[in-house]
Amino acid sequence: MPLLASKDLKQTKNDHSRKVVIHIRDLRKSFGSNHVLNGFNMVLHQGENLVVMGRSGSGKSVMIKCLVGLMTPDSGYIEVMGKEIATLNRLTLDELRLDIGFLFQGSALYDSMTVRENLEFPLRRHKKKLGVVQDTAPLVPEALENVGLGHTMDLMPSELSGGMKRRVALARTLILKPKIILYDEPTSGLDPITAKEIIELMRSIQKKYGTSSLIITHDVDCARVISERMILLVDGINYAGGTFSELSSSSDPKVEAFFKK
Amino acid sequence: MVNRIKQFFIQIGELSYFSSRFFKETFNLPFEFKELLRQCYQMGNRSLVLVVMTNFIIGLVLTLQSRPTMIQFGAVSMMPNMVGISIVREIGPVITALICAGRIASGIGAELGSMRVTEQIDAMEVSGTNPFKYLVVTRIWATTLMIPLLVIFGDLIALYGSALVENLKGQVSFQLYFNTVFDALSFGDLVPATVKSFFFGFVIGLVGCYKGYYSKKGTAGVGIAANSAVVMASLLLFVVDFIAVFVSDIFYEI
Repeated sequence: MPLLASKDLKQTKNDHSRKVVIHIRDLRKSFGSNHVLNGFNMVLHQGENLVVMGRSGSGKSVMIKCLVGLMTPDSGYIEVMGKEIATLNRLTLDELRLDIGFLFQGSALYDSMTVRENLEFPLRRHKKKLGVVQDTAPLVPEALENVGLGHTMDLMPSELSGGMKRRVALARTLILKPKIILYDEPTSGLDPITAKEIIELMRSIQKKYGTSSLIITHDVDCARVISERMILLVDGINYAGGTFSELSSSSDPKVEAFFKK
Repeated sequence: MVNRIKQFFIQIGELSYFSSRFFKETFNLPFEFKELLRQCYQMGNRSLVLVVMTNFIIGLVLTLQSRPTMIQFGAVSMMPNMVGISIVREIGPVITALICAGRIASGIGAELGSMRVTEQIDAMEVSGTNPFKYLVVTRIWATTLMIPLLVIFGDLIALYGSALVENLKGQVSFQLYFNTVFDALSFGDLVPATVKSFFFGFVIGLVGCYKGYYSKKGTAGVGIAANSAVVMASLLLFVVDFIAVFVSDIFYEI
Protein backbone atom coordinates (compact mmCIF):
# COMPACT_ATOMS: atom_id res chain seq x y z
CA MET A 1 0.00 0.00 0.00
CA PRO A 2 1.35 3.45 -0.86
CA LEU A 3 2.18 5.47 2.19
CA LEU A 4 1.40 9.21 2.48
CA ALA A 5 0.99 9.49 -1.26
CA SER A 6 -2.64 10.55 -1.37
CA LYS A 7 -2.18 12.86 1.61
CA ASP A 8 0.79 14.48 -0.11
CA LEU A 9 -1.19 15.05 -3.30
CA LYS A 10 -4.08 16.62 -1.41
CA GLN A 11 -1.63 18.90 0.36
CA THR A 12 -0.03 20.09 -2.83
CA LYS A 13 -3.32 20.61 -4.65
CA ASN A 14 -4.58 22.75 -1.79
CA ASP A 15 -1.40 24.83 -1.81
CA HIS A 16 -2.90 27.85 -3.59
CA SER A 17 -0.08 30.21 -2.67
CA ARG A 18 2.16 28.97 -5.47
CA LYS A 19 1.40 28.30 -9.11
CA VAL A 20 1.67 24.73 -10.36
CA VAL A 21 4.34 24.45 -13.06
CA ILE A 22 4.39 20.68 -13.54
CA HIS A 23 1.44 18.35 -13.07
CA ILE A 24 1.73 14.61 -13.69
CA ARG A 25 -1.30 12.35 -13.29
CA ASP A 26 -1.46 8.57 -13.53
CA LEU A 27 1.68 8.21 -15.62
CA ARG A 28 2.31 4.71 -16.96
CA LYS A 29 5.20 3.36 -18.99
CA SER A 30 6.26 -0.21 -19.76
CA PHE A 31 9.13 -1.75 -21.67
CA GLY A 32 7.77 -5.10 -22.81
CA SER A 33 6.68 -6.94 -19.70
CA ASN A 34 8.63 -4.58 -17.44
CA HIS A 35 6.15 -2.07 -15.98
CA VAL A 36 8.37 0.83 -14.94
CA LEU A 37 5.75 3.44 -14.08
CA ASN A 38 2.40 2.26 -12.76
CA GLY A 39 0.38 5.40 -12.24
CA PHE A 40 2.82 8.00 -10.99
CA ASN A 41 1.44 11.34 -9.77
CA MET A 42 3.33 14.53 -9.04
CA VAL A 43 2.88 18.28 -8.71
CA LEU A 44 5.71 20.85 -8.76
CA HIS A 45 5.08 24.43 -7.67
CA GLN A 46 6.77 27.60 -8.81
CA GLY A 47 10.08 28.17 -7.02
CA GLU A 48 9.88 24.81 -5.25
CA ASN A 49 12.68 22.23 -4.86
CA LEU A 50 11.09 18.80 -5.19
CA VAL A 51 13.19 15.67 -4.83
CA VAL A 52 12.05 12.36 -6.31
CA MET A 53 13.96 9.51 -4.74
CA GLY A 54 13.99 5.89 -5.73
CA ARG A 55 16.23 2.90 -6.26
CA SER A 56 18.17 2.44 -9.48
CA GLY A 57 15.82 1.24 -12.21
CA SER A 58 12.73 2.47 -10.39
CA GLY A 59 11.70 4.69 -13.31
CA LYS A 60 12.93 8.09 -12.13
CA SER A 61 14.81 8.87 -15.32
CA VAL A 62 11.97 7.51 -17.46
CA MET A 63 9.54 9.85 -15.69
CA ILE A 64 11.77 12.89 -16.20
CA LYS A 65 12.27 11.99 -19.89
CA CYS A 66 8.51 11.70 -20.40
CA LEU A 67 8.25 15.15 -18.90
CA VAL A 68 10.31 16.81 -21.65
CA GLY A 69 8.98 14.66 -24.47
CA LEU A 70 12.10 12.51 -24.90
CA MET A 71 9.94 9.46 -24.23
CA THR A 72 6.27 8.91 -24.90
CA PRO A 73 4.33 7.45 -21.96
CA ASP A 74 1.86 4.61 -22.49
CA SER A 75 -0.82 6.63 -20.76
CA GLY A 76 -1.26 9.46 -18.29
CA TYR A 77 -1.40 13.22 -18.24
CA ILE A 78 1.61 15.55 -18.19
CA GLU A 79 1.19 19.31 -18.01
CA VAL A 80 4.14 21.69 -17.99
CA MET A 81 3.61 25.45 -17.56
CA GLY A 82 -0.06 24.98 -18.36
CA LYS A 83 0.56 23.04 -21.60
CA GLU A 84 -0.26 19.38 -22.03
CA ILE A 85 2.84 17.70 -23.50
CA ALA A 86 0.92 15.08 -25.51
CA THR A 87 -0.96 17.71 -27.51
CA LEU A 88 2.08 19.77 -28.55
CA ASN A 89 3.62 19.62 -32.00
CA ARG A 90 7.39 19.71 -32.50
CA LEU A 91 7.56 23.50 -32.82
CA THR A 92 5.53 24.32 -29.72
CA LEU A 93 7.31 21.60 -27.76
CA ASP A 94 10.67 23.16 -28.70
CA GLU A 95 9.36 26.56 -27.56
CA LEU A 96 8.27 25.07 -24.24
CA ARG A 97 11.65 23.36 -23.85
CA LEU A 98 13.29 26.80 -23.76
CA ASP A 99 11.70 27.23 -20.33
CA ILE A 100 12.95 23.85 -19.13
CA GLY A 101 16.59 23.21 -18.32
CA PHE A 102 17.79 19.62 -18.12
CA LEU A 103 20.96 18.54 -16.37
CA PHE A 104 21.81 15.05 -17.58
CA GLN A 105 23.31 12.36 -15.39
CA GLY A 106 26.47 12.11 -17.49
CA SER A 107 26.56 15.88 -18.21
CA ALA A 108 26.02 15.21 -21.97
CA LEU A 109 28.47 17.86 -23.15
CA TYR A 110 29.07 17.78 -26.92
CA ASP A 111 32.55 16.30 -27.10
CA SER A 112 33.38 17.64 -30.55
CA MET A 113 32.96 21.23 -29.28
CA THR A 114 34.93 23.35 -26.82
CA VAL A 115 33.31 24.52 -23.58
CA ARG A 116 32.62 27.91 -25.19
CA GLU A 117 30.96 26.26 -28.22
CA ASN A 118 28.93 24.02 -25.92
CA LEU A 119 27.45 27.09 -24.26
CA GLU A 120 27.05 29.05 -27.47
CA PHE A 121 25.24 26.21 -29.21
CA PRO A 122 21.79 26.64 -27.59
CA LEU A 123 22.25 30.39 -27.42
CA ARG A 124 22.95 30.87 -31.13
CA ARG A 125 20.00 28.74 -32.12
CA HIS A 126 17.50 30.63 -30.00
CA LYS A 127 18.90 34.14 -30.42
CA LYS A 128 15.70 35.52 -31.95
CA LYS A 129 13.31 33.81 -29.55
CA LEU A 130 15.33 34.98 -26.57
CA GLY A 131 15.42 38.52 -27.89
CA VAL A 132 19.22 38.57 -27.82
CA VAL A 133 19.99 40.98 -30.61
CA GLN A 134 23.57 41.79 -29.71
CA ASP A 135 26.57 39.46 -29.83
CA THR A 136 26.03 36.38 -27.68
CA ALA A 137 29.75 36.04 -26.87
CA PRO A 138 29.72 38.01 -23.54
CA LEU A 139 26.96 35.78 -22.15
CA VAL A 140 29.22 32.72 -22.20
CA PRO A 141 31.93 33.97 -19.79
CA GLU A 142 29.18 35.29 -17.51
CA ALA A 143 27.49 31.88 -17.36
CA LEU A 144 30.80 30.13 -16.73
CA GLU A 145 31.73 32.59 -13.99
CA ASN A 146 28.42 31.74 -12.30
CA VAL A 147 29.61 28.16 -11.89
CA GLY A 148 33.19 29.16 -11.06
CA LEU A 149 34.76 27.92 -14.29
CA GLY A 150 35.59 31.08 -16.20
CA HIS A 151 39.04 29.75 -17.11
CA THR A 152 37.85 26.63 -18.94
CA MET A 153 36.33 28.38 -21.94
CA ASP A 154 38.69 27.03 -24.59
CA LEU A 155 39.09 23.53 -23.16
CA MET A 156 37.51 20.43 -24.65
CA PRO A 157 35.10 18.41 -22.45
CA SER A 158 37.59 15.52 -22.42
CA GLU A 159 40.04 17.81 -20.58
CA LEU A 160 37.60 18.43 -17.70
CA SER A 161 37.05 16.40 -14.52
CA GLY A 162 33.65 14.86 -13.73
CA GLY A 163 32.72 17.71 -11.38
CA MET A 164 33.82 20.36 -13.86
CA LYS A 165 31.77 18.71 -16.60
CA ARG A 166 28.72 18.78 -14.36
CA ARG A 167 29.28 22.51 -13.68
CA VAL A 168 29.72 23.31 -17.37
CA ALA A 169 26.54 21.35 -18.12
CA LEU A 170 24.79 23.41 -15.46
CA ALA A 171 26.09 26.62 -17.04
CA ARG A 172 24.80 25.43 -20.43
CA THR A 173 21.42 24.73 -18.86
CA LEU A 174 21.31 28.16 -17.22
CA ILE A 175 22.34 30.15 -20.26
CA LEU A 176 18.82 29.94 -21.69
CA LYS A 177 17.43 31.23 -18.37
CA PRO A 178 14.91 28.42 -17.83
CA LYS A 179 11.98 28.65 -15.42
CA ILE A 180 12.21 24.98 -14.44
CA ILE A 181 15.37 22.91 -14.04
CA LEU A 182 15.26 19.12 -14.09
CA TYR A 183 18.26 17.47 -12.47
CA ASP A 184 18.86 13.80 -13.32
CA GLU A 185 21.13 12.37 -10.61
CA PRO A 186 23.17 15.58 -10.25
CA THR A 187 25.67 14.11 -7.78
CA SER A 188 26.05 10.55 -9.07
CA GLY A 189 29.62 9.47 -9.77
CA LEU A 190 31.11 12.44 -7.91
CA ASP A 191 33.26 12.39 -4.79
CA PRO A 192 31.53 13.72 -1.60
CA ILE A 193 33.29 17.10 -1.70
CA THR A 194 32.48 17.77 -5.36
CA ALA A 195 28.95 16.51 -4.79
CA LYS A 196 28.59 19.02 -1.95
CA GLU A 197 29.85 21.80 -4.22
CA ILE A 198 27.31 20.88 -6.89
CA ILE A 199 24.50 20.87 -4.31
CA GLU A 200 25.58 24.30 -3.07
CA LEU A 201 25.63 25.53 -6.65
CA MET A 202 22.10 24.22 -7.20
CA ARG A 203 20.91 26.03 -4.09
CA SER A 204 22.54 29.29 -5.09
CA ILE A 205 21.04 29.06 -8.59
CA GLN A 206 17.60 28.48 -7.11
CA LYS A 207 18.00 31.52 -4.88
CA LYS A 208 19.42 33.76 -7.60
CA TYR A 209 17.00 32.90 -10.42
CA GLY A 210 13.98 31.65 -8.46
CA THR A 211 13.70 28.55 -10.64
CA SER A 212 11.55 25.55 -9.82
CA SER A 213 13.66 22.43 -9.49
CA LEU A 214 12.83 18.77 -9.88
CA ILE A 215 15.71 16.68 -8.61
CA ILE A 216 15.94 12.99 -9.36
CA THR A 217 18.38 11.29 -7.02
CA HIS A 218 19.16 8.36 -4.77
CA ASP A 219 21.64 10.41 -2.78
CA VAL A 220 20.15 10.96 0.71
CA ASP A 221 22.60 13.76 1.56
CA CYS A 222 21.63 15.63 -1.57
CA ALA A 223 17.94 15.18 -0.74
CA ARG A 224 18.42 16.37 2.85
CA VAL A 225 20.19 19.58 1.86
CA ILE A 226 18.14 20.61 -1.14
CA SER A 227 14.60 19.28 -0.78
CA GLU A 228 11.59 21.27 0.33
CA ARG A 229 9.42 18.27 -0.36
CA MET A 230 10.16 14.69 -1.36
CA ILE A 231 8.46 11.85 -3.18
CA LEU A 232 9.62 8.25 -2.88
CA LEU A 233 9.17 6.30 -6.08
CA VAL A 234 8.71 2.61 -5.37
CA ASP A 235 7.33 0.00 -7.79
CA GLY A 236 6.43 2.70 -10.30
CA ILE A 237 4.20 4.71 -7.98
CA ASN A 238 4.74 7.59 -5.56
CA TYR A 239 4.88 5.37 -2.49
CA ALA A 240 5.42 8.12 0.03
CA GLY A 241 5.64 11.90 0.12
CA GLY A 242 6.46 14.67 2.57
CA THR A 243 9.36 16.66 3.90
CA PHE A 244 12.76 15.08 4.48
CA SER A 245 12.28 14.95 8.25
CA GLU A 246 8.82 13.37 7.88
CA LEU A 247 10.10 10.64 5.63
CA SER A 248 13.36 9.99 7.43
CA SER A 249 11.45 9.40 10.67
CA SER A 250 8.92 7.05 9.04
CA SER A 251 8.66 3.53 10.44
CA ASP A 252 7.54 2.01 7.12
CA PRO A 253 10.18 -0.57 6.16
CA LYS A 254 10.27 0.47 2.49
CA VAL A 255 10.77 4.12 3.42
CA GLU A 256 13.20 3.32 6.19
CA ALA A 257 15.38 1.39 3.76
CA PHE A 258 16.21 4.61 1.92
CA PHE A 259 17.47 6.44 4.97
CA LYS A 260 19.34 3.62 6.72
CA LYS A 261 23.10 4.21 6.83
CA MET B 1 16.27 -18.28 -38.79
CA VAL B 2 12.71 -16.93 -38.96
CA ASN B 3 13.68 -14.30 -36.43
CA ARG B 4 16.66 -13.23 -38.57
CA ILE B 5 14.50 -12.87 -41.66
CA LYS B 6 11.99 -10.89 -39.61
CA GLN B 7 14.78 -8.63 -38.31
CA PHE B 8 16.04 -8.11 -41.87
CA PHE B 9 12.65 -6.88 -43.06
CA ILE B 10 12.21 -4.73 -39.95
CA GLN B 11 15.56 -3.07 -40.73
CA ILE B 12 14.56 -2.47 -44.36
CA GLY B 13 11.33 -0.86 -43.14
CA GLU B 14 13.13 1.30 -40.58
CA LEU B 15 15.73 2.35 -43.14
CA SER B 16 12.95 3.37 -45.57
CA TYR B 17 11.27 5.42 -42.85
CA PHE B 18 14.61 6.96 -41.92
CA SER B 19 15.28 8.00 -45.54
CA SER B 20 11.77 9.43 -45.95
CA ARG B 21 12.32 11.46 -42.77
CA PHE B 22 15.62 12.69 -44.25
CA PHE B 23 13.84 14.05 -47.35
CA LYS B 24 11.12 15.61 -45.22
CA GLU B 25 13.57 17.33 -42.85
CA THR B 26 15.81 18.50 -45.71
CA PHE B 27 13.21 21.03 -46.81
CA ASN B 28 12.33 22.26 -43.31
CA LEU B 29 13.90 25.51 -42.12
CA PRO B 30 16.46 26.37 -40.83
CA PHE B 31 19.12 24.95 -43.18
CA GLU B 32 22.27 23.96 -41.33
CA PHE B 33 24.71 25.25 -43.97
CA LYS B 34 27.60 25.83 -41.60
CA GLU B 35 27.42 22.29 -40.24
CA LEU B 36 27.01 20.92 -43.79
CA LEU B 37 30.20 22.69 -44.93
CA ARG B 38 32.04 21.44 -41.85
CA GLN B 39 30.94 17.88 -42.54
CA CYS B 40 31.87 18.16 -46.25
CA TYR B 41 35.35 19.32 -45.29
CA GLN B 42 35.71 16.62 -42.63
CA MET B 43 34.57 13.78 -44.88
CA GLY B 44 36.43 14.85 -48.00
CA ASN B 45 39.60 15.65 -46.12
CA ARG B 46 39.52 12.54 -43.93
CA SER B 47 39.17 10.17 -46.88
CA LEU B 48 41.36 11.87 -49.47
CA VAL B 49 44.71 10.21 -48.61
CA LEU B 50 43.12 6.78 -48.40
CA VAL B 51 41.31 7.23 -51.73
CA VAL B 52 44.49 8.47 -53.43
CA MET B 53 46.57 5.57 -52.13
CA THR B 54 44.12 2.79 -52.95
CA ASN B 55 43.24 4.12 -56.39
CA PHE B 56 46.88 4.65 -57.31
CA ILE B 57 47.67 1.05 -56.34
CA ILE B 58 44.56 -0.25 -58.16
CA GLY B 59 45.69 1.56 -61.33
CA LEU B 60 49.20 0.13 -61.04
CA VAL B 61 48.09 -3.42 -60.26
CA LEU B 62 45.35 -3.56 -62.87
CA THR B 63 47.80 -2.53 -65.60
CA LEU B 64 50.57 -4.85 -64.40
CA GLN B 65 48.20 -7.84 -64.19
CA SER B 66 46.51 -7.23 -67.56
CA ARG B 67 49.68 -6.47 -69.51
CA PRO B 68 50.92 -10.06 -70.10
CA THR B 69 47.51 -11.20 -71.36
CA MET B 70 47.15 -8.16 -73.61
CA ILE B 71 50.64 -8.82 -75.04
CA GLN B 72 49.66 -12.44 -75.62
CA PHE B 73 46.71 -11.33 -77.74
CA GLY B 74 48.76 -8.59 -79.46
CA ALA B 75 46.44 -5.94 -78.01
CA VAL B 76 48.81 -4.07 -75.75
CA SER B 77 48.06 -0.83 -77.64
CA MET B 78 44.48 -1.16 -76.37
CA MET B 79 45.70 -1.07 -72.78
CA PRO B 80 44.72 2.58 -72.05
CA ASN B 81 41.26 2.00 -73.52
CA MET B 82 40.65 -1.12 -71.43
CA VAL B 83 42.00 0.27 -68.17
CA GLY B 84 40.38 3.68 -68.69
CA ILE B 85 36.91 2.29 -69.35
CA SER B 86 37.03 -0.26 -66.50
CA ILE B 87 38.29 2.31 -64.01
CA VAL B 88 35.84 5.06 -64.95
CA ARG B 89 32.81 2.81 -65.35
CA GLU B 90 33.19 0.40 -62.48
CA ILE B 91 36.38 -0.06 -60.51
CA GLY B 92 36.95 3.60 -59.56
CA PRO B 93 33.45 4.31 -58.18
CA VAL B 94 33.09 0.94 -56.44
CA ILE B 95 36.56 0.91 -54.84
CA THR B 96 36.23 4.54 -53.69
CA ALA B 97 32.75 3.90 -52.32
CA LEU B 98 33.91 0.77 -50.47
CA ILE B 99 36.86 2.63 -48.97
CA CYS B 100 34.51 5.42 -47.89
CA ALA B 101 32.02 2.90 -46.50
CA GLY B 102 34.80 1.60 -44.26
CA ARG B 103 36.07 5.03 -43.34
CA ILE B 104 33.01 7.32 -43.29
CA ALA B 105 30.06 5.01 -42.51
CA SER B 106 31.86 3.49 -39.55
CA GLY B 107 32.95 6.96 -38.39
CA ILE B 108 29.42 8.32 -38.54
CA GLY B 109 28.03 5.17 -36.89
CA ALA B 110 30.51 5.41 -34.02
CA GLU B 111 30.15 9.19 -33.61
CA LEU B 112 26.36 9.26 -33.53
CA GLY B 113 26.28 6.04 -31.52
CA SER B 114 28.45 7.51 -28.79
CA MET B 115 26.39 10.71 -28.88
CA ARG B 116 23.29 8.60 -28.36
CA VAL B 117 24.62 6.57 -25.43
CA THR B 118 26.11 9.62 -23.68
CA GLU B 119 22.75 11.43 -24.06
CA GLN B 120 24.24 14.19 -26.24
CA ILE B 121 21.44 13.70 -28.79
CA ASP B 122 18.86 13.99 -26.00
CA ALA B 123 20.61 17.13 -24.73
CA MET B 124 20.38 18.63 -28.21
CA GLU B 125 16.69 17.80 -28.42
CA VAL B 126 15.95 19.23 -24.98
CA SER B 127 17.70 22.48 -25.90
CA GLY B 128 15.15 22.91 -28.69
CA THR B 129 17.43 21.83 -31.57
CA ASN B 130 16.27 19.19 -34.00
CA PRO B 131 19.09 16.61 -33.74
CA PHE B 132 17.92 14.74 -36.83
CA LYS B 133 18.29 17.86 -38.92
CA TYR B 134 21.54 18.99 -37.36
CA LEU B 135 23.31 15.62 -37.23
CA VAL B 136 21.68 13.34 -39.80
CA VAL B 137 20.56 15.58 -42.67
CA THR B 138 23.91 17.39 -42.84
CA ARG B 139 25.92 14.17 -42.80
CA ILE B 140 23.87 12.45 -45.50
CA TRP B 141 24.12 15.52 -47.76
CA ALA B 142 27.85 15.76 -47.08
CA THR B 143 28.49 12.15 -48.16
CA THR B 144 26.14 12.52 -51.16
CA LEU B 145 28.12 15.54 -52.37
CA MET B 146 31.62 14.43 -51.41
CA ILE B 147 31.70 10.84 -52.69
CA PRO B 148 31.30 11.86 -56.38
CA LEU B 149 34.18 14.33 -55.98
CA LEU B 150 36.32 11.65 -54.37
CA VAL B 151 35.37 9.22 -57.15
CA ILE B 152 36.43 11.66 -59.89
CA PHE B 153 39.68 12.40 -58.07
CA GLY B 154 40.27 8.68 -57.42
CA ASP B 155 39.66 7.85 -61.10
CA LEU B 156 42.29 10.37 -62.18
CA ILE B 157 44.80 8.99 -59.68
CA ALA B 158 44.12 5.38 -60.80
CA LEU B 159 44.63 6.41 -64.43
CA TYR B 160 47.86 8.13 -63.45
CA GLY B 161 49.05 4.90 -61.76
CA SER B 162 48.21 2.95 -64.89
CA ALA B 163 49.93 5.54 -67.10
CA LEU B 164 53.04 5.26 -64.94
CA VAL B 165 53.28 1.51 -65.57
CA GLU B 166 52.70 1.98 -69.30
CA ASN B 167 55.33 4.71 -69.35
CA LEU B 168 57.92 2.61 -67.55
CA LYS B 169 57.18 -0.74 -69.18
CA GLY B 170 55.85 0.16 -72.59
CA GLN B 171 57.53 3.54 -73.20
CA VAL B 172 54.11 5.13 -73.73
CA SER B 173 54.16 8.88 -73.01
CA PHE B 174 51.68 10.30 -70.47
CA GLN B 175 50.18 12.52 -73.15
CA LEU B 176 49.58 9.62 -75.53
CA TYR B 177 48.17 7.50 -72.71
CA PHE B 178 45.67 10.13 -71.55
CA ASN B 179 44.72 11.09 -75.14
CA THR B 180 43.92 7.43 -75.85
CA VAL B 181 41.93 7.10 -72.62
CA PHE B 182 39.82 10.21 -73.24
CA ASP B 183 39.24 9.19 -76.88
CA ALA B 184 37.94 5.84 -75.70
CA LEU B 185 35.58 7.31 -73.12
CA SER B 186 32.12 8.55 -74.07
CA PHE B 187 29.25 10.19 -72.18
CA GLY B 188 27.78 6.73 -71.80
CA ASP B 189 30.74 5.88 -69.58
CA LEU B 190 30.99 9.11 -67.61
CA VAL B 191 27.36 10.04 -66.88
CA PRO B 192 26.10 6.75 -65.34
CA ALA B 193 29.32 6.38 -63.30
CA THR B 194 28.97 9.90 -61.90
CA VAL B 195 25.26 9.57 -61.23
CA LYS B 196 25.68 6.28 -59.39
CA SER B 197 28.42 7.74 -57.20
CA PHE B 198 25.84 10.22 -55.82
CA PHE B 199 23.70 7.22 -54.84
CA PHE B 200 26.75 5.54 -53.30
CA GLY B 201 27.32 8.65 -51.19
CA PHE B 202 23.68 8.71 -50.15
CA VAL B 203 23.77 5.04 -49.11
CA ILE B 204 26.98 5.49 -47.08
CA GLY B 205 25.59 8.50 -45.20
CA LEU B 206 22.16 6.97 -44.73
CA VAL B 207 23.36 3.66 -43.32
CA GLY B 208 26.03 5.28 -41.09
CA CYS B 209 23.52 7.71 -39.64
CA TYR B 210 20.78 5.10 -39.26
CA LYS B 211 23.02 2.67 -37.36
CA GLY B 212 24.49 5.39 -35.14
CA TYR B 213 21.28 7.31 -34.47
CA TYR B 214 19.43 4.23 -33.23
CA SER B 215 22.42 2.74 -31.40
CA LYS B 216 21.50 0.85 -28.23
CA LYS B 217 23.08 -1.31 -25.53
CA GLY B 218 25.51 1.25 -24.11
CA THR B 219 29.14 1.47 -25.17
CA ALA B 220 29.06 -2.02 -26.70
CA GLY B 221 26.32 -0.70 -28.97
CA VAL B 222 28.71 1.93 -30.37
CA GLY B 223 31.03 -0.81 -31.64
CA ILE B 224 28.09 -2.76 -33.04
CA ALA B 225 26.77 0.38 -34.77
CA ALA B 226 30.15 1.14 -36.39
CA ASN B 227 30.67 -2.44 -37.47
CA SER B 228 27.18 -3.08 -38.83
CA ALA B 229 27.24 0.28 -40.63
CA VAL B 230 30.24 -0.88 -42.68
CA VAL B 231 28.74 -4.30 -43.42
CA MET B 232 25.31 -2.97 -44.38
CA ALA B 233 26.68 -0.04 -46.41
CA SER B 234 29.09 -2.30 -48.35
CA LEU B 235 26.33 -4.75 -49.12
CA LEU B 236 23.92 -2.02 -50.22
CA LEU B 237 26.62 -0.47 -52.42
CA PHE B 238 26.71 -3.63 -54.53
CA VAL B 239 22.91 -3.72 -54.75
CA VAL B 240 22.86 -0.06 -55.85
CA ASP B 241 25.68 -0.76 -58.32
CA PHE B 242 23.75 -3.63 -59.87
CA ILE B 243 20.61 -1.49 -60.21
CA ALA B 244 22.64 1.41 -61.64
CA VAL B 245 24.31 -0.79 -64.25
CA PHE B 246 20.97 -2.37 -65.11
CA VAL B 247 19.27 1.02 -65.57
CA SER B 248 22.17 2.65 -67.42
CA ASP B 249 22.19 -0.31 -69.79
CA ILE B 250 18.69 0.71 -70.87
CA PHE B 251 19.71 4.32 -71.63
CA TYR B 252 23.25 3.75 -72.91
CA GLU B 253 23.53 0.50 -74.79
CA ILE B 254 26.85 -1.08 -73.90
